[in-house]
Amino acid sequence: MNSVRLRRVGMALLAPAIAIVVSVLVTTIVIAAVGSSPGDFWSAMFSDPSPRLRVNIINQTAMIYTAAVAAAIGFRMGLFNIGIEGQYLMASFAAASFAGAAYLGGFLNVAVSIIIAVAVGAAWAGIAGILRTTRGVSEVISTIMLNAIAVTLVGYLVDRHGVHEGNSVHTKTIKSGSMVKGFTPYEPRDGQVWALSILAVLVGVGFWVLLNKTRFGFDLRASGQSQSAALASGVNPKRMIVIAMMLSGGVAGLVWLPALFGDAGSYGTSYQSQLGFLGIAVALLGRNRPLGMLFGAVLFAFLSAQSNTLTFGTDVSPSIVQITQGVAVLAVVVAYEVVRRWRTRLERRVVADEVPAATEATA
Amino acid sequence: MSTSTTTKNASPGLVQRLTKNWFYLTLVGIAVVSLVRIVTDTNDLDSAGTLRAAIISTCPILMAALGGLWAERAGVVNIGLEGQMILGTWGAAFFTYHYGPWVGILGAALLGMIGGLLHAVATVTFGVDHIVSGVAINLIGAGAATYLAEAVFSDYEGGGPRQLIGLDPPTIITKTPVISEAALDLADKHWFFVSDVASVVAALTTNISTLTFIIFGLVVASAWILWRTSFGLRLRSCGENPQAAETLGVNVYLYKYIAVLVSGALAGIGGGFLALVSSSGYGAGQTGGRGYIGLAAMIFGNWRPGGLLMGALTFGYTDSLRLRDTDAVHALLLLVALALLLIAALRAVRGQINGAIVMGVAGALVLAWFLLTDSVPREFTVMTPYVTTLFVLALGAQRLRMPAADGQQYRKGSAG
Repeated sequence: MNSVRLRRVGMALLAPAIAIVVSVLVTTIVIAAVGSSPGDFWSAMFSDPSPRLRVNIINQTAMIYTAAVAAAIGFRMGLFNIGIEGQYLMASFAAASFAGAAYLGGFLNVAVSIIIAVAVGAAWAGIAGILRTTRGVSEVISTIMLNAIAVTLVGYLVDRHGVHEGNSVHTKTIKSGSMVKGFTPYEPRDGQVWALSILAVLVGVGFWVLLNKTRFGFDLRASGQSQSAALASGVNPKRMIVIAMMLSGGVAGLVWLPALFGDAGSYGTSYQSQLGFLGIAVALLGRNRPLGMLFGAVLFAFLSAQSNTLTFGTDVSPSIVQITQGVAVLAVVVAYEVVRRWRTRLERRVVADEVPAATEATA
Repeated sequence: MSTSTTTKNASPGLVQRLTKNWFYLTLVGIAVVSLVRIVTDTNDLDSAGTLRAAIISTCPILMAALGGLWAERAGVVNIGLEGQMILGTWGAAFFTYHYGPWVGILGAALLGMIGGLLHAVATVTFGVDHIVSGVAINLIGAGAATYLAEAVFSDYEGGGPRQLIGLDPPTIITKTPVISEAALDLADKHWFFVSDVASVVAALTTNISTLTFIIFGLVVASAWILWRTSFGLRLRSCGENPQAAETLGVNVYLYKYIAVLVSGALAGIGGGFLALVSSSGYGAGQTGGRGYIGLAAMIFGNWRPGGLLMGALTFGYTDSLRLRDTDAVHALLLLVALALLLIAALRAVRGQINGAIVMGVAGALVLAWFLLTDSVPREFTVMTPYVTTLFVLALGAQRLRMPAADGQQYRKGSAG
């Protein structure tokens, strides 16, 4: 019994291991192919990160992890929320606008802004959910369209209502009383770990509780694994789709808030895009499991942050880690599939070995 | 072989009916555009210059859409078009720099095909979810192009980490003797109907890249291959019912591989067009989501070549307008309003009352928007393709029909 469980754990870890090996190999080959030194690259990547980078890694991990949870909520029920990118863009803009307008003071302003971000993210994702349930529109296509619409819409709104400063434009800067800075683990010049990164922890724990300890989580997983079985056990699939989509969008709304209240102070040039796609990648890498995604988020944040050191000392440009990240995702999904097929074959063989007598008897 | 004879008997009638239909539709379309142009006094609405820009904007979208068609007709959803297109822009720049523009286009196709190969290996051989693989390919495509540009183009003449400019474009037809000038003269007269046709002729004969004709040729060729050859029938059968195809002896994996490779190559050529014709070289982030717009154009066109051509032209036209006169954009509102009201009338005649009401109300709203405002923010034209697609999907999802086994995993031997 023990050996079976051990083997199962081994197999679960096998796929990520294969993926890491493949992405390391591909990265090395690409670097060597353009005539740079892979050795320099890897030694720079695995050097001890400076305090400044460590702070950066923690902050990035929190944002990527939140995006990953948002993606995972959809994935677990068989929905592809490609639209996290657009959802957190709309939400970040809405929250920044509201907080910047300073209708409320201090932490109340922050709290209401967070609620607004969640509501806007959920609403933007809800459009895709409702289109899916009422009109049968694939959420993949509609969220891609909504992403593009969000980019232009926010661009238009910022341009129209924002504060113009030279060539750049941003929303009204949040008053310092409503900023939530964070704590300084090293020297002040090394930056701060943003306080709202705690949202990522809450989201992660909440996700685990929701999935494993609640009726809703059970329904969600059931719908993801078999629509017909879920329907038979009394789950309303349409309602589930809309709720899951909005939940996913709501969590997506939180993605950029740590940076907004911790450092940026407004929506503008400091806005960080692409976190949504990184989140999807990390969700795939971590198999939509809370801990797996944490591992993936740390890995991605580490790669992104650490790649900034490449400009000193090597001639490899930091964008190489984008290849590493992309290959890791593709490799991990392929590896999971290969391991799954292998395991099915193995199980079949075990069953075939155990039951020949029984088959003969019935025949 | 009774089936072949029936097809022979039926096909001339069908073709005749279609061409007749299309022919009249085009005539009515030109008349409406001409009317709007004269009523709003915006000759830029369909001047030769506007149309030329529209054609240039259309081509990359068209290639992406055609790439999507090939893959999806064989049952593979290709969200990775964007990534394959980005790879194409890099490939076009690299090969053009070394070997000239025509090899550059082949290089773009090759790079796109590599992206397609990745997608095919993941989805066909390993049965990975198509969307997941596509998302990963978009990440890899964008990362690879950025990295390779920084690593390779920085040392080139006219190059930098984020661009490579000053590349030779493929042959351009600057002027067709007699026709160009006559058409331009006629277009400048601003007569009803005649000048609009002349604008089209002028745009197609003056300052146009030969690659444009090749691209339109590829659409016709694809339509013929997919719908008029036995190869195409087998390929489409893989997208409709792979199990049935397999029982008839079709090598489903092979056909899916071919389809996805062609799909990647076409998207790559679209990227090549962006790098060599739309601008004079590679630039980071050049594709700007056109792979996704291509996907939208394909869905808009109901997974059919004629439809996706219409979709690509519509989106290409709106895409080009954002660079032009804002008056033209405003005049476009009247055009959209008239088109919606026409569709509403058509539906009312056919007895589809609900559809007629929705379209009629939409048309009236757009008409009101046109009458009550003087200009349209540029951003709204950028949004047009996406909003249109959402509306088309929401209103017409029941009438759209994608290949029956599109996006489903298929394993060899599952036919039993």
